Order: sequence, then C-alpha cells, then structure tokens
Amino acid sequence: MTSPSAPITLVEAVNQALHYEMSQDKDVIVLGEDVGINGGVFRATIGLHEKYPDRVLDTPLAESMIAGLSIGLSVQGLKPVAEFQFEGFIYPAFNQIISHASRMRNRTRGRLHCPIVFRAPFGGGIHAPEHHSESPEAFFAHIPGIRVVIPSSPAKAYGLLLAAIRDPDPVVFFEPKRIYRKIKQIVPDHGKALPLDKAFVLKAGHDITLVSWGAMVYETLECAKLLAQENISAEVIDLASIKPIDKQTIFDSVRKTGRLVIIHEAPRTCGVGAEIAALVAQHCFHDLTAPITRVTGYDIIVPYAQLEKEAMPSVEKMMAAIKQTLEIL
Amino acid sequence: MVKVNNAEIEYYQYLNADAVASVDFSTLHPSVSHEQLLDYYRTMVSTRLFDAKAVSLQRTGQMGTYPSCLGQEAIGTAIGYGLHPEDVFVTYYRDIAAQLLRGVTMTEIMLYWGGSEQGNNYQASMALQDLPHCVPMASQCLHAAGVASAIKIRQQKRAVLVTCGDGATSEGDFYEAMNVAGTWHLPLVFVVINNQWAISVPRSHQTAAKTLAQKALAAGIPGEQVDGNDVVALQTRLSLALEKARNGEGPTVIEAITYRMADHTTADDASRYRDKKELDSMKKTCPVARLKKYLESHQLWSEEKENQLLQSSAEKINQAVKAYLETPVESVESLFAFHTAVPTLNISEELS
Repeated sequence: MTSPSAPITLVEAVNQALHYEMSQDKDVIVLGEDVGINGGVFRATIGLHEKYPDRVLDTPLAESMIAGLSIGLSVQGLKPVAEFQFEGFIYPAFNQIISHASRMRNRTRGRLHCPIVFRAPFGGGIHAPEHHSESPEAFFAHIPGIRVVIPSSPAKAYGLLLAAIRDPDPVVFFEPKRIYRKIKQIVPDHGKALPLDKAFVLKAGHDITLVSWGAMVYETLECAKLLAQENISAEVIDLASIKPIDKQTIFDSVRKTGRLVIIHEAPRTCGVGAEIAALVAQHCFHDLTAPITRVTGYDIIVPYAQLEKEAMPSVEKMMAAIKQTLEIL
Repeated sequence: MVKVNNAEIEYYQYLNADAVASVDFSTLHPSVSHEQLLDYYRTMVSTRLFDAKAVSLQRTGQMGTYPSCLGQEAIGTAIGYGLHPEDVFVTYYRDIAAQLLRGVTMTEIMLYWGGSEQGNNYQASMALQDLPHCVPMASQCLHAAGVASAIKIRQQKRAVLVTCGDGATSEGDFYEAMNVAGTWHLPLVFVVINNQWAISVPRSHQTAAKTLAQKALAAGIPGEQVDGNDVVALQTRLSLALEKARNGEGPTVIEAITYRMADHTTADDASRYRDKKELDSMKKTCPVARLKKYLESHQLWSEEKENQLLQSSAEKINQAVKAYLETPVESVESLFAFHTAVPTLNISEELS
C-alpha cells in the first residue's frame, strides 16, 4: 500500500478505496474476471485477494453472470463491487442491469434492493483492441433506478467509489482508462466519500462554461488555459455524476457566462450532452448569448487504434467550437 | 480411443399415470407418509381452484394477463414442502403452489397479476428473502446463483431453489448459472419445469438434446429427470437435492417433466398451434387426478372429504379475491417512491 504522502494514480486510488472499504465493511464483495490473484487487468483490485480470499471472487468468463450474481449477492445484504474488464464487454450484462438490478427495489416495493457497484474501465485513447474504447454512459444514464458516475482524478475516484459502494442502490462506475495512470495526486486514505450527485467546478470563469467529464476534462482544462492566454475566462465543470445531473451547478455557471460548450467522447446523437443542452435551453434560455455547442465523438462506430485519434474530440476541435461560440455577440 | 466421460440421465417415477405405485413410499429416502400425501393433495386441489379463479378473473376483466399453472401443481407442491423456511425460493412465474406454501398470499399473487408491484412485496416471514416473479426468461437463474454464493460466503446451511421453463434452458443465463454453480459448488437446485411448450414452440424445436437434464452434465453437475406429475418422486428427489445443497455437496438440476394443460397465458390461444388430441391424451397424466386415485384406492380419501376440501378452498379463495378487489390502487406518488432509497434529484423534481 502507498504511504499517505505519496501521490497515486487514478487506478491506484480505485484500489485504495476498495482496500479501505473492504477493511471497514465485511459485506463488501469484489467479483469479476481476473480480479483475484491477478489483481485485475489494470491492477485495480491488486492485493485484495491476499487479504480477503473469500470475498474476492474470480468469476467464470460471463458478463451477464457477473451482473446476475451481483443481484443475488446484494439481495442477501452483501455489497458487490463487480468489475467488467472493459466497458465494451458490459453489453451482455445489460439485461440484468436494466431488467433487475435497477428495478428490484421498485418491483418489490422496497422489500429487496441492490446495493451494487458495476465498475468498468471506460473510453478511448489507449490504442486498445476493438471493443475496448467505448463510451456507453448514455445507455446507462437512460435507465431509471441507477446512478452513473465517472471520476476524473485520483481523489475523485477514491471519494466517489467509496460513495458508490455505500449507496444502497446500483451505481455504474466508469473509470476513464486513458487517465488511469496519467496523473498523480496525494489521496489521503481517510475513508471520506464525495457526494454522488454533485458536479465539480474545476476552474471558475465568467466568459464561457465548458462542461465535460472523465478523461476529456484534461483537454477541456487545456482549452481553458489557452483561452486564458487570450484573456478569455472559461469556467470548467466536471460533471462527475452523469445521472442524476447536477443541473444547478451548470445553470449557475451558464447564467453567469451566457455561453456553453459541452464536450464528451461518446457519439453525439442522444448523448448526455443533448440532455444537458436541453436542460440549459429550457431553464437558461434568456441567459444564453450564443447557441449551446457540443464537441463530441462522431456518430460513427468507435474506430480501431490507427484512426482512433481522428474520431476523438481534440483540443483543436474544441477550441474551434469554443471560438465560434465566443464570436456570437 | 479413450472414453473420457460417461453420461447417463436417470428418470424417476414412483407413482405412474394410472396411480400405480412402483415402490412402497414408506421405504423411500426420504419416505413419504399418508399424512404427507394428504397434505400434498389438499395443496394441489386448492392451487388448481385458485388458478381457475385467477383465469376467470382475467376473463371477466378483473385481473390482467395471467399464466395458468394448470397441470403443474405437483411441482410447486413438492417445492413448497421441500424447502425449509430459511431456504430461498427463486421463482419464474408459474409456481403458485410453491409460493402459497412459502406464505405468499393469494391476494398478493392476484395483486401482482392484477398489475400492481405490491404483489411482489411478500409479507410472510418465510418469503421475505424470496425473489419476486421473474418474467425475463432464465435471468432468475443467475440471481439464484448469487443468493447461493452469498450463502456459501457466509457459510450458512441453507439451500436455494430456482425454477425455469423448458424454453428458458435455451437462454445463455441458464447455462451461465449452471456453469458457475458447478464451478463454485453452490448450494443451488435448478428445477427445469419442462411443460413441453414455450408459448407455441414445442420442446423438440427448442433443442436437439435428448433431455434437458443432460445440460447439467456440461456444467459438471448432476442432472436427472423426474415425472413432474408424480408428487411422490418429486418430493423425494427434490428433498434429496436440497439436503445435498444444504450440506455443501453442490448443485443439482432436476428436469420435471409435465404438461402445460392451459394456454401459455390468458393472452394466448394454444389451439392455433397445438393438436387437441395431444392435449386430451396428456390430460390422462394429470397430477391431481393421479394422486386422488391413489388416495381413494388406499381408502385415504372420500367424496365427503373432497367436498369439504372444495368448499373450504373456495371460501379461502373468495376471501382472498375480495381482499384483492378491495385493495386500493397505490397513489400516483408511489410511481416515484421506490427507485432509490433516497429519491434522486430528477425523480424528486418530477414528483413535485
């Protein structure tokens, strides 16, 4: 384990949160493919199996099963933290998540409920094989009865994962794998959770609001830095909670800046950006100076590694959209 | 060539369709007494009467679509009597007798099929941990494996029993559940209720496998066939499998062979795809008539007792129907009340 003073990466922060919560709560169970002795393909679960051999379960290779088992474990009062090895492999589990995990509480009028965390590495940009670079957050945000959370830093990964495990209902927890090891922070292992339905203002500003989440937060901050060189003050919001959306933080910002650019890796049509745009259009119509703009992945199939970069929102594409938004007076 | 595996599937029947016993029930392990047989018979009759009432409630517009369990009463009865209170029952949706024996009320069952989630909020202590009706095929098999995993992690001496139909054995979740149950040696009993029809698709079109029980062998667990209309064989084989599970001796798959004497649901018309001759001939295998005949031939039953049972069952059912019909529709607020422990921002806004 890392000493409290050493900075750690996002994936190490996930690991630290799992260690912390398993040490505090004997009901927490970790399950998934290769999560045991191997410590997970990204090492997110490293060291857990040695400490808790009966509570860290290497499952057979079947994603629907991982979700279905989690439901059965959770209705017995355990708190499963299920790992899907990559977000692109979560789809076989969709039926279990949408038909059961998300609605067990409602279907039984509160008699049974499913305190499950469905973890998965998420997003593109690491030159991975096919089906390893997807951004499916909108599918899950559309499901009533679950939360969707995406941390953007080691500290947020630690605090939000603790909150997700402690939440009495299912949480889909997507970990941006592009920044799994990109940044390091000192993350005290104090066991304090972050709120599950709050967006974070990463940088205050008054000329334009930039909303993003996951790994795209870093390109967004880079844009803010470039804008600052031109004396343009951008406010950067890390959405963090994809469902429910912390509307107030976004509205407060847009009411101040009058301009909004939303950035996400996922395809544009019916993406989470569309929901944010609709909310802002309805509630901040008179505060808007310029049309709301989205910089997103294209409506195309996630490309394989060679052309991956072309399909992702880049600082250049974002700056072009931001400039266009700023030009409208 | 070296033979690396032998696969054999056994079929159990102790009371045949003509009500002839092939063994002395008192010598079975576990044995089945006359008193038990009388209990089973009463449960089966009462279930059949309730089932008929449920169909008529649907036909008269007082309940929603309902899947009749006509012809399958013996399986639910054996499950209900085989389970211990601390065990967990994971139902599909045609297990009325088992649910009633777990303490789920007729009113709750009617509320469910009448269109209210309240019907899944079982109040009986025995059913508190039982899972609700499960409509998406075979998905419940994985929940059962999860419950069984929890029991195993906590080193408890409890068993889990899950039911599914013959059609559900074509689903991936069925295989995934058997596979993990075998790998992890889970305290889980699968009861495949092979009623020969998955809506309009006959068992022969579902799989080329000769038996459904043999699917267990691929998962490394024992599978067997039982006459699903023979409550004696069911009771014995289920009890053994459940005891094995409780003792940490692993899972079992039991294919209970029965016949869906009704339409798939009240929304179905089986005459479109099923030969009436087949139905007529299968009626001769009826589990209720079979047991009655056996009881009568052993002077354990009489017309007088039959009439008393019919009357007392009808009274109980009528009371439950009254309670169902008098249960008020939940408030509109209830639509929003049970999504998460604490309503999320978007839900509370919609509510307000």
